Amino acid sequence: MHTFAELTIVFIILMDLALAVTGSLSSCIRLVALQGVVAGVLPLLAGHGAPHLRAVAFAAVIISLKGVIFPWLLMRARDRSGAGKDVEPLISYPASIMLCLGAFIASSWLGSRLPLPEANVAWIVPASLATIFTGFLLITTRRKAITQVLGYLVIENGIYIFGLALFVEQPMMVELAILLDVFVAVFVMGIAIFHISREFDHIDTAELSELSDWRRGEYGK
Amino acid sequence: MEIVKTLFQFLAAALLAPLLPGVINRVKAFFAGRRGQPLGQLYYDLFKLLLKTPVYSRTTTWVFKAGPIIGVASLVTALALLPFAGRPSFFAFEGDFIFLIYLLGLARFATVLAALDTGSAFEGMGASREMQFAVFAEPAFFLGLAALARVTGQPSLAGMFGALTGDTWRTAAPVLALLTASFFIVLLAENSRVPADDPNTHLELTMIHEAMVLDHSGPDLAFILYGASLKLWLFGALICSTVLPRHTGSWASDSALFLLMMFGVAAGVGIVESVIARLRLTKVPFMLITAFAFSALALIFQMGR
Amino acid sequence: MTQALLLLPLAAGLAAFLIRGDGARRTLLVWTARLHFLLAALVIYDAVSGGRVSALLPPAGEAVWFSFDSLGLLFLGVTSLLFLGASHYAVNYLASEKRDPGEDSDEGFIFNNAPEAVFTGCLLLFLSAMTAVTASRHMGLLWASVEATTLLSAPLIYFHRHKRSLEATWKYLLICSVGIALALMGNLFLGAAGLKSGAGLDLKALLLSAGALDKPLLKAAFLFLFVGYGTKMGIAPFHTWLPDAHSEAPAVVSALLSGALLNCAFLGILRVSAVCASAGLADFTGGIMVLFGLFSVVTAALFMLGQRDYKRLLAYSSIEHMGIMAMGAGLGGGAVFAALLGALSHSLAKAGLFFTSGMVLAAEKTKRIADVKGLWRRAPRTAALWLAGFFLITGTPPSGVFLAKFIILKEALALKHYWLAGTFLVFLAILFAGMARIFISMTFGERDAKPDEKPFEEQSGMLAPAAAFFVCVILAGLYLPDWLQSLLAGAAANVGGRP
Repeated sequence: MHTFAELTIVFIILMDLALAVTGSLSSCIRLVALQGVVAGVLPLLAGHGAPHLRAVAFAAVIISLKGVIFPWLLMRARDRSGAGKDVEPLISYPASIMLCLGAFIASSWLGSRLPLPEANVAWIVPASLATIFTGFLLITTRRKAITQVLGYLVIENGIYIFGLALFVEQPMMVELAILLDVFVAVFVMGIAIFHISREFDHIDTAELSELSDWRRGEYGK
Repeated sequence: MEIVKTLFQFLAAALLAPLLPGVINRVKAFFAGRRGQPLGQLYYDLFKLLLKTPVYSRTTTWVFKAGPIIGVASLVTALALLPFAGRPSFFAFEGDFIFLIYLLGLARFATVLAALDTGSAFEGMGASREMQFAVFAEPAFFLGLAALARVTGQPSLAGMFGALTGDTWRTAAPVLALLTASFFIVLLAENSRVPADDPNTHLELTMIHEAMVLDHSGPDLAFILYGASLKLWLFGALICSTVLPRHTGSWASDSALFLLMMFGVAAGVGIVESVIARLRLTKVPFMLITAFAFSALALIFQMGR
Repeated sequence: MTQALLLLPLAAGLAAFLIRGDGARRTLLVWTARLHFLLAALVIYDAVSGGRVSALLPPAGEAVWFSFDSLGLLFLGVTSLLFLGASHYAVNYLASEKRDPGEDSDEGFIFNNAPEAVFTGCLLLFLSAMTAVTASRHMGLLWASVEATTLLSAPLIYFHRHKRSLEATWKYLLICSVGIALALMGNLFLGAAGLKSGAGLDLKALLLSAGALDKPLLKAAFLFLFVGYGTKMGIAPFHTWLPDAHSEAPAVVSALLSGALLNCAFLGILRVSAVCASAGLADFTGGIMVLFGLFSVVTAALFMLGQRDYKRLLAYSSIEHMGIMAMGAGLGGGAVFAALLGALSHSLAKAGLFFTSGMVLAAEKTKRIADVKGLWRRAPRTAALWLAGFFLITGTPPSGVFLAKFIILKEALALKHYWLAGTFLVFLAILFAGMARIFISMTFGERDAKPDEKPFEEQSGMLAPAAAFFVCVILAGLYLPDWLQSLLAGAAANVGGRP
């Protein structure tokens, strides 16, 4: 059982690497969704014995949200905004994957240094930290607004896995509130992307640079 | 008695190696709906080539002649290091996996030098590409073997594959799975198979490995072809021993299973060649970086365990 | 009562989406604000007269989701008062926006506004979320509420539908969401720290079992929560979204963001620092808060010097004050009291200034400092408020802001942090000089003749909230009534400072 959970962890890390090198926007969206689903299934694999009904119900909510609704929303945002098919990174893919690997090395070092309670699945902490780093990578080195939302979701996945590693049981109400927030965040960001595409004719965030103190007052006159 | 067995293993490997390209070709032919060459085609080719008189261009020097010989010699030596079905070969010492990597490097170096010695534009191009990919493939392979050494705690190839059992898969499945994937990618690239290279290509511009050996003929070419099949055998054996570490104690059944696995790997390569198109040349490093990432991940996993 | 405070704006916000008539919706907004303020006042009165404000925790009982301690009450009071002012300003503002076509002040293009129903609805829901932040007794719930404030205020920033406001909204959404994701990570660390003692994330349980918490994990939790909520609060160097959002949002939204939202994030930091203080980590958390607080003051001062946009100027002033508040909370002792007093006075003064900036924008049709000269000729009452706001916000006595800065400086000297006090003082002087130059030239400078200019009509309904807030700030600097003093002291005790 635990071998299976461990393989799942490896799978999650490989998805991080894949996210770092994928050039196609739709497969990026699918990868993020798949990662969310795998992360949602993880608590059912990691526990001992038959999973609790509450855990199953919660996993079902997560899977339907991250596996169905988010990709649907994002695909819709992509189509409506005419975002095109490519991810358009600011750095080359080999650089991305090397950064990702470096992040994984750093997070495994960090994971061994953190005085965390012993996790029952090996590698879950480094995997979660690496996922968070990957999310930051997506946000900072990709040009399009939609990939920044994807990065946010990847960070969220990583934090969720991190929570599993620490076995911090939050009350159901809090968990649901968090999920609701993430849902609304994706929803609102999706709307914002739509508006950006209408206002700017594209969703390239490099163009969102009029407001800055470094080139003050260049707009207008 | 033991020495006879190891000698027999070595001979079996040396003799059966040319069968692997035959298997690959048959699988590809099957997928293409053709009958294909006979399984033993490479044996015939080798025999034919060995009888021929080589032709040397006036511009070449002794380096050109030495290339194939050094190449095949280092590969035969490498074969002598390689365990057979998890059993040590007669030539094993601590840290021999590093020696193995250097032997492969030496073979590559000799081939590249010979190619450059011709002064032909195509061969220079092939040599440059070969080295470019090697830059990515070698670290992947080296890190992978290092990870394997960490998993088993053994510093020699024989020790590693001797200590690798089915239980290791139960405890270190992620590491071994990553290593298998990494080795397979390295195998494809190192043996100039699709998607890194196409062994059947007839267009010099798209060649990588083939472009380097255009000027070799007769016994030299036979050495090169034989060396290539040994290399394939070598990587195949590493993958087999990782995927199916079986030590029942019965030498015969282990060996039979091992040989079956070898042909399985060859068939796998054939299937990959049939279903995947060749990558664009600039994308090949990505593939090898992926292999490198797999090996690095496996090593990191193992280190933190 | 607590439930009513939470549900009233929630229900009103949802209703606002459905109401067709502008008049009815505006009435709803104002009356909800008034009722909310009344309820908040009742809750505070109840707590003060019942003598509960000095108690560290709310009365006995099982763990509850929502309840108020003194700290929560203080921020509830500020939020509610601010929203009351904002709602009165907003109805006038919305009416004037309906009359005039939206013309961009900088580039002159015409734009649309977001539907008023969406704006009003989000405004009310935003109040509900902020109330939830002040009332949360569970760190997870606090997180969810803070994130909700981000999401609900994003449509408010994008009220004027043009590309600069959209850029600001996007930056705000993304930077704050990612920052708050880090705070979630901090919550997980906090939960892990209390795993052995079974504290969970309930604030009361955490405070009571603080001694048994795992120290290194608690430190990690504080760092993540500080960075996370600090992003939202506008602590440099995580403040990058703040000037953009404040400059592009309508004045009333800027006022709410600056005066209420930043406080909510500050409350998040105070909550976790209270837990750390009870666990004996006050030196660690204090050091970090002082360091980043001072850095914020320095950053704000440097960026304010060459500022060309007066709304951005005010935004940087908010960063400065957030830095001062973080410093005060970090120094501990009496400085905590001062930080809370500073939070109160800054909220009112800055909201008043933003309200006035909206009037300046309406009068001059530009946000560029260089283009506003001799405001007093065109809009004398606005100009007077503008200048008064400047004196109050820079801490000229008598004002609550002055008192707060003074006590923090005194505490820093008493704790022998001479370098800190010196740097703080130098940059306050730079700030004062930089702002004085800008405000005085805007108010009194030589006015360029614009012959085709229509006379500007100052609306009393939009000036009154600012004036009222300024009076409150001056009063706070002159005399703190007993109830406010005990509330502030109780809140300071909640943070872990001297009661």
